[in-house]
Amino acid sequence: MSTDIEIILKKYKPGRREELIPLLQEIQEDSGHLSEEAIVRVGEFVGLSTTKIYGLATFYDQFRFIPAGKVHITICHGTSCFLNSSQAVINKIKEETGVLAGQTSRDGIFSYDIVTCMGGCNNGPVMRVNDQYHHYVKPDQIPELIKKLRYLIEND
Amino acid sequence: MEDLKRFLTEKVLLFESDTLSSETEKVMQQLRREKTNNAVIFLSSGTSSIIAGSERTLSAIKTYVDDNEPNTEIVLVGCTGPANFEPLICIQLPGKNKLYFRNIIEEKVEPLLNGIFHNDINKDDLIGQQGSKGFELWPGIPFIEELSFFAKQKRVVLSNCGCYDPESIEEYIARNGYRAYIKAIRHYTYEEVCNIIENSGLRGRSGGGYPTGLKWKQALNAGSVSRYLICNAKESDPGAFTDRMMLESDPHRLVEGIAIASYAIGASTAIVFFRRGSEHARQRLQKAIDSARDYGLLGHNVFSSGYNLDIIIRKEPGAFVCGEETALISTLEGKRGMPQLKPPYPVTTGLFGKPTVINNVETLMNVPMIMQNGPEWFRSFGTENSPGTKVLAVAGKGRMSGVIEIEMGTTIKTILAEIADGIKEGKTLKAVQLGGASGSFITAENLELPVDYDVMKKQGIGMGAGGFIIIDESTCMVDLVRYYMEFMHSESCGKCIPCREGTGRMLEILESVIKKPLNEDSGNTLERFKGVMQLETIASVMKDTSLCGLGQTAPNPFLSALKYFREEFEEHIFDRRCRANICRGLRSFSIDVDKCTGCTACASKCPVNAIYGTRLQPFFIVEEKCIGCGICNDICKFSAIKVK
Repeated sequence: MSTDIEIILKKYKPGRREELIPLLQEIQEDSGHLSEEAIVRVGEFVGLSTTKIYGLATFYDQFRFIPAGKVHITICHGTSCFLNSSQAVINKIKEETGVLAGQTSRDGIFSYDIVTCMGGCNNGPVMRVNDQYHHYVKPDQIPELIKKLRYLIEND
Repeated sequence: MEDLKRFLTEKVLLFESDTLSSETEKVMQQLRREKTNNAVIFLSSGTSSIIAGSERTLSAIKTYVDDNEPNTEIVLVGCTGPANFEPLICIQLPGKNKLYFRNIIEEKVEPLLNGIFHNDINKDDLIGQQGSKGFELWPGIPFIEELSFFAKQKRVVLSNCGCYDPESIEEYIARNGYRAYIKAIRHYTYEEVCNIIENSGLRGRSGGGYPTGLKWKQALNAGSVSRYLICNAKESDPGAFTDRMMLESDPHRLVEGIAIASYAIGASTAIVFFRRGSEHARQRLQKAIDSARDYGLLGHNVFSSGYNLDIIIRKEPGAFVCGEETALISTLEGKRGMPQLKPPYPVTTGLFGKPTVINNVETLMNVPMIMQNGPEWFRSFGTENSPGTKVLAVAGKGRMSGVIEIEMGTTIKTILAEIADGIKEGKTLKAVQLGGASGSFITAENLELPVDYDVMKKQGIGMGAGGFIIIDESTCMVDLVRYYMEFMHSESCGKCIPCREGTGRMLEILESVIKKPLNEDSGNTLERFKGVMQLETIASVMKDTSLCGLGQTAPNPFLSALKYFREEFEEHIFDRRCRANICRGLRSFSIDVDKCTGCTACASKCPVNAIYGTRLQPFFIVEEKCIGCGICNDICKFSAIKVK
């Protein structure tokens, strides 16, 4: 884990604040989230206190501090999807997975994010499960989908 | 590949005369696929196509082609525009006009291609043919240029979209690409480029409409050794997707635009600030930048002109407010994306304290065209004060949707009735919303308004980044306003109090308007009325005192909805009724005794156990307990549930 961070840090120059966000982004892309050790190490590297780094990372939506689930769902809540009742889909997902947006379920299987436009405005509501797109999503499809995904993960 | 690169560099890019030699022209035609001996299949491959299933279509095409017509070429192009036709496919048989087909999902590929190659065209999925010079016509098939979706458009910025492979720099060069840039760095000074753009009257397309040439001049004359150009590709308004579509379909033109703009202000570093989530578009732009560097168009001493340029892509870490100029600069400096007080403006003191020009994607996409054809050409369309065209993302409840480009001055009515082809399912129009989460509504009475910066400003409407959302009668305006306010509240950065607290209080009040109170007699009602009376005051305070554009424009949807849909607000507040039946808290249901068979389906699913009855007898709903979720309505097979 810590060795991964060192490999990433080698690509950057120490003490340069303007490279802080790309650095954090790369760490997150690599490991899926920002761990406590990673934030402390980045703080030492950039020359800023850990609180400053944490304050910056929490300001932005992108950074997660707990690992994402094995199944990560992204739901579009842009205006067009909203007009096609994406709120009902979000409520259903919340109900079925039992977590809030940005959180990960205790068994580490599910996590989901709400985004503002994914570009499928004509096919709304749009949802992405890992890399697979689903369009014209209806709330009553959700329970079965979640059940299927849970089965696939648990029996893999 | 290396030979082609050398050929294109010598004979096209560095060729001084405007008319190319006939030998070069032949190669160019081949690159544009105007002279081919084989059939070519063009498949759109933007995000909206992928969502509609174009990847599966592609593999079906590949299987078919390998088995039956191995000489056929498959080209992945960008989006053409109409998103509801995705996956869109275009087929060009040797020497014949291109044919366009819509919604070609996996299963339709084989019958379609079978028909095409055996001269039996399936007319159901056919959109039309594209007329081109020197190609044979298909008899009895309409031209796509004559379809109202395309006929009312004026495609300048989007002219290349959907026509070429966005990952191939050679194809872009064959379409006159990068020649304007090379002409600029070889023959014009910084000021001359600024002058050309200023004379063209190009205005910033991100909503404000500030003259681009003037901005560049201010940065150029700001007196500093280094300057920066930032291309703002942040576009995170809910429902706006024009930038992403342009980047996916024509990334090279943006690279050329950035290169010319950087040269005009004398910047040696340009930064593209990219929206999170548009991974597909980012990869294409990165590829375009890499291949431009490979051709020597970027880097140190570009074609011995003494000019250096590098383009860097930075991904935004996810905050709506970062689209604001000063907040964007803070983010790039590695700080929290919070806006700063203006002045000083970024053109004098921007990134790292150096003069910085921030331009939107669409603005920069216009630049190569103006350099190629001259400022008079650009002024020949559009209105006097707003020349050129505007790219809009049409979405919502229109029959057609997608990315369109219209001449400035086109009325909202034309876009709505002819390009979007009216409203889906024969419903009536409620409003059109321009400008994303901070935009205003335009109602049926104002549809004659032209798309023009000055006219719109007079009416108090901001054009925004190009979202054009069609709203029909099935939408509740109060709920929509609440949705926008919720978005603004979650995206407010928290630096200034009017925005941080104002969005929160407005959201709270709007929520109380659509929520069902536990007891209508108690203080709840009084609180609600007290809150509602303050809504307008809060909105005006936010407008006057917020630090940046986000807070100043956050009350816009509310204010314009109140102006045009006051009676709908009053119905919610006084009558406790939602005419679109959207607001859950205000819905109540009852059971039609004649239709109910007593199957118990609804009673078993009701989350609050509000449905009572005996099996095989009509059931009833206890109104006090009902939360208006509508599950019973969805589940009833006998349509016995009535909405009150």
